[in-house]
Amino acid sequence: MEEVKLFGYWVSPFCRSVEIALNIKGIQYEYIEEDLTNKSPQLLQYNPVYKKIPVLLHNGKPIVESMVILEYIDETWKNNPILPEDPFEKARARFWANFVDQKCFPALWKTIWSTSEQYEQNKAEALERLKVLENELGGKRFFGGDSIGMVDIVANFIGFSFRTIQEALKLDVFTEDNFPKLWEWAENFANCSPVKKCLPPQDKLIANFPPAYMGKTLVSSFQSRLQLQFHPPAAAK
Amino acid sequence: MPTNDVKLLGAPASQYVNRVQFALNLKSIDYEFIPQNMREKSELLLKSNPVHKNIPVLLHGDKPICDSLVIVQYIDEFWFDGPSILPSDPYDRAIARFWAAYIDDKWIPFFKELTTAKDEESKTALVEKILEGLKLFEDVFVKASKGKCFFGGETIGFLDIVLGCYLGWLKAWGIQLDVNFLDESKTPALVGWAERFSSDKAIHGIIPETEELFRILQIILARAADAASK
Repeated sequence: MEEVKLFGYWVSPFCRSVEIALNIKGIQYEYIEEDLTNKSPQLLQYNPVYKKIPVLLHNGKPIVESMVILEYIDETWKNNPILPEDPFEKARARFWANFVDQKCFPALWKTIWSTSEQYEQNKAEALERLKVLENELGGKRFFGGDSIGMVDIVANFIGFSFRTIQEALKLDVFTEDNFPKLWEWAENFANCSPVKKCLPPQDKLIANFPPAYMGKTLVSSFQSRLQLQFHPPAAAK
Repeated sequence: MPTNDVKLLGAPASQYVNRVQFALNLKSIDYEFIPQNMREKSELLLKSNPVHKNIPVLLHGDKPICDSLVIVQYIDEFWFDGPSILPSDPYDRAIARFWAAYIDDKWIPFFKELTTAKDEESKTALVEKILEGLKLFEDVFVKASKGKCFFGGETIGFLDIVLGCYLGWLKAWGIQLDVNFLDESKTPALVGWAERFSSDKAIHGIIPETEELFRILQIILARAADAASK
């Protein structure tokens, strides 16, 4: 009998990645919401190196780091693969998943937490990254082809939460005019049932990102909690 | 069907390039090494890796594969009839991938920070973090090797390649800072592993001599100091 548990945090896109993959595979799991200001003993026990979510527990064995978890899920449950079978296409998917994770996410994240002085520079960097991604998507419905794959999953932040947050904060980074293909991708992505099942409620998301950089201060405890979780990862090698 | 049209764009002193060389050797794949000048990037490199413009790039036929960890996994999966690089069990693979990411995202960057560290206090702090990492790897080795020679067990595997590529630079930095990073009294298992890894026939001769890496390190440090003073 399989026992699958996921320790997560509702707003985390890294958690979302794991949930989407579990949903694609039709895996039943127990979700445990962590309070990041008061981490549970189990979280600290299962992830002693980083002390972070997500943590997947499969029959008592912990797997951590969202990209590692995604590969584990794909290799353990063979139905509805999220990576292509062909080694070259698989390598391409891993390359682009890394690009989204290490280059796109931090760039977009920085725009949210920018002061008004930093915003234009951070926005320029984010636009550059999104442009590369838009070119890679090309005419495909999803990065994975006809159905969502690992790259789409890792890009979930762009597909849903970022658009909601940027609307709440009145940012203009990811627009339909600038990125028509990515915009359409985002619409299709957010409507897939494995994704819809686990998206955070839009109103809750908006309520937690009060208007920021235009001279007002963010809710500092929330910001520091998130920054503890989501410090931008180190540069790609 | 495997082809033998394999080229590697790289530089001999790059630990990330060395990883790919280890993997190709383990699978007995012949390849052409095309050295790259990273201060004057070639058309071929820019065409093959337009996103990052970086090495290593594996060219298999006309297909470019980039990112050292992606390339090593590609080599393992394409030439699947050779000795396995990643473990076969998904959980063991997850452990190997976790530590590979830790080495690249956390541990190796400490050395990059050392190139620009300004005072003795920050250098000492970084050396401490590096040594703590090595202690972690000692435990990982003991668990993963299960009493055998390598992280991969009886044969060289993914983690051996990912960590082992840095052994030359570790020695060069050790000379630079007058620190014995691989200390038999602190990490005995790793010391033994490092000797076995470095002398393996698939590995030997790939990592440049320590004197050469030390010479390159002086250039890197001089350039970093120069950039900082501007």
